[in-house]
Amino acid sequence: MTVKELQKLLNLKCLSEGEDRTLEGGFCGDLLSWVMGYGEYGQAWFTIMGNINAIAVAALHDIGCVVICQNSQINEDALSKAKEEGIWVFTTELSVFEAAGKYYQAIK
Amino acid sequence: MEAIKFSYTVPGDDFTRAGEASADLKNKLKKMGITGAPVRNISISLYEGEINLAIHAGGGEITALVYPDKVEMYLDDNGPGIADVNLALKEGYSTATEEVRGLGFGAGMGLPNMKKYADEFYIESEVGKGTHIKMVVNL
Repeated sequence: MTVKELQKLLNLKCLSEGEDRTLEGGFCGDLLSWVMGYGEYGQAWFTIMGNINAIAVAALHDIGCVVICQNSQINEDALSKAKEEGIWVFTTELSVFEAAGKYYQAIK
Repeated sequence: MEAIKFSYTVPGDDFTRAGEASADLKNKLKKMGITGAPVRNISISLYEGEINLAIHAGGGEITALVYPDKVEMYLDDNGPGIADVNLALKEGYSTATEEVRGLGFGAGMGLPNMKKYADEFYIESEVGKGTHIKMVVNL
């Protein structure tokens, strides 16, 4: 599934765009070192963490897209960083559980 | 062959700026035509190192040496040092404050991740004097 297909599937609101790419599965988590340790390149990352460090992790780890769940907020500096780096960032009212669950159902 | 050298100063306690060195090195490597898994390994191990310098050491210095076949990264600080390095290398062990945890750090994965993503990892630390780390990622 591509990033744009995921956006359509979950009806995600796009805050920052990158190049459309194929996603390599997904990861759920808010502890950044955990994401760096166990997350993988190209994954859709479901989280509530919207600070600049989360965007740094997404950029350095080459995460496929960041999905900020349950209407959690993203900081302004984080959003400008995401736009600057061309990182996909979405928000949704869905919880991490619901968003990742629907995505998992669609790709399994 | 002589290495290309990049040097960075990491300020202490500024978590918004931590990450600038790893992002800059990543971009420089990209411009040199180096991409893929090695760059991700370099980025992540160095970012964890930067965060550690900011959180625990009151800042420090990073030197990266880019060779045709590998990148060496040196992280040096004059911080409080690590009393028990083996314990600090265990996944889940952390001395980070609540404030730092609130930012998403302090999972006790910093040093373990550095060791995991680097092909070679060396650490020397002395309480009251500081910590010196060398990481090598093969290209």
